[in-house]
Amino acid sequence: MRLSRFAPALTLISALLAWQAICVVFSVPAYILPRPSQVVMAATEVPIWTWLDNIGATLEIVLAGFCISFAIAIPLAMLLVNSPLLSSTIVPLLVVIQSTPIVAIAPILVVSLGAGALPRTVITCLITFFPLVIATAAGLRSAPAELIELSESLKAPRFRQYTQIRLPYAVPHIIGAAKVAVTLAVIGAVVAEFVAADKGLGYMILNYTAVFKLGRAFFALIVLLCISLSLYQVVALIERTFFSWSLPERR
Amino acid sequence: MGLFDTGRMIHRSISPGVATSLSAPGYAQPASTQAPDATVLRISTPSALRFQHVTHTFISSDRSAITALSDVNLEVGRTEFVSIIGASGCGKSTILRLASGLLAPSSGEVSVFGLKVTEPRNDIALVFQRPTLLPWLNIADNVTFPERHTTGRVTRETADRALQILDVVGLRDFAQKKPSELSGGMQQRVAIARALLQDPDILLMDEPFSALDALTRDELSVELLGILDKRPKTVIFVTHSIQEALLLSDRIVVMSPRPGKVMETITVPLARPRGLDSMLDPLFSEMANEIRSKVFTRSGKA
Ligand SMILES: Nc1ncnc2c1ncn2[C@@H]1O[C@H](COP(=O)(O)OP(=O)(O)OP(=O)(O)O)[C@@H](O)[C@H]1O
Ligand SMILES: [Mg+2]
Repeated sequence: MRLSRFAPALTLISALLAWQAICVVFSVPAYILPRPSQVVMAATEVPIWTWLDNIGATLEIVLAGFCISFAIAIPLAMLLVNSPLLSSTIVPLLVVIQSTPIVAIAPILVVSLGAGALPRTVITCLITFFPLVIATAAGLRSAPAELIELSESLKAPRFRQYTQIRLPYAVPHIIGAAKVAVTLAVIGAVVAEFVAADKGLGYMILNYTAVFKLGRAFFALIVLLCISLSLYQVVALIERTFFSWSLPERR
Repeated sequence: MGLFDTGRMIHRSISPGVATSLSAPGYAQPASTQAPDATVLRISTPSALRFQHVTHTFISSDRSAITALSDVNLEVGRTEFVSIIGASGCGKSTILRLASGLLAPSSGEVSVFGLKVTEPRNDIALVFQRPTLLPWLNIADNVTFPERHTTGRVTRETADRALQILDVVGLRDFAQKKPSELSGGMQQRVAIARALLQDPDILLMDEPFSALDALTRDELSVELLGILDKRPKTVIFVTHSIQEALLLSDRIVVMSPRPGKVMETITVPLARPRGLDSMLDPLFSEMANEIRSKVFTRSGKA
């Protein structure tokens, strides 16, 4: 119990130590693989407000993209479940969007939408949208048929069938998809920054690698990782605090 | 409109089906006739539920047609308890869905209290095989859920009534518990309480006890008998258990499989009030054997 609690931290520390050890033993040059200590040193060369500024820029895109995607995906999933006709017309379209390599359409979107925050947000939306819609629709359909029949036999307004039965049943599915989607959103934002940006962690990685400042690039990478992990934890926290009833019973 | 309705009712009263329902056991005859037009009213009182030449065909997803019911005729009198027994897939649940207005028949007519069923009615309540409670609501909120679901809020009065009904099914102390903290039998009691709170005239029960162990099943059957004694209702009860059907019903409808047809209707002559000791009656086991042989030989032939 105690050990399992610290297991993730211990694993991480061991990995870092192993990384450092390998670099020292084989005397790997810093421009090929910097040691963790060198990464930290390199990070301090850049002023803190530059880091914060760039973290802010990336987070902004990640959150905007995710939230817009979420806000469209949930109602769309409700429409899809409500209407088989809409479902059979829109779902193939979604599959097409999902099958398009995001890295390939990113440059096209930048040309079409200009170089501002808009194409970056759109790219982040595109990458997070599909899992959210599909999982939400599956969740909405997972409500027991008997409860839907009960709702229909009561002649209740259709929206309450969604708010009181289908959406609560979809919560575990939506949370699961949101956990995937936030991490995808970080990927989307970075891809977008690779293509066109003047700020952001992805932009930093691109610039620092171009000038062989691998230590700084690594630090940016670690910051991205931390953002991904924390966003995941935020979703998990929201799940535990607001939707604990949807978690499986601990017996 | 009113005139037309009266016309329909009088027309109904001449049809032979009603006579059956009037003589059906458990049918509550109006005690006296005071008003001059009461005679008309008594004769024209339509049966609670009536299936006339009802056929239902499902079109499955691969576009093949499945005839679930074929020419089903059924008449259930007011406050009568009718069980439907038959092999799996013979259309028992379909009969309940048609009666509740969730489904419209492919042909024929389903009527409730003399009116053609075109949509769900609020004097009919359903109980399913699984309790299907909402796991995130406590027991009291589950029982009042139909009102919250239809009107968006629960009145003080309904909440109080819910507690009374929970008292009747012996779950008053569990009102604040979540469904997962209750046993299967208790959850099914809650589902029954939820249906009773709607105070329906007709209760449609689809194998409500079949997921429970034999002891709990008997216990709940007796409880249901007690509840219906106090507040008589028309009940259509789907079951696989001949014993259960005999213990509870005024009549048992035996169905033949694919396409579902009414094979036989058996009147249960056991005296009321009934209890578990009714099962000790030699007539009980005699009838059980008779029905069993009927169900088996016929369905074996089919
Ligand atoms: N929605 C549906 N679409 C297609 N076919 C259906 C549908 N519902 C029922 N059926 C078919 O109709 C027939 C009767 O189904 P029904 O559920 O009424 O049977 P049942 O007597 O209640 O069976 P069981 O005892 O197993 O509950 C079955 O053959 C079934 O396959
Ligand atoms: Mg069934």
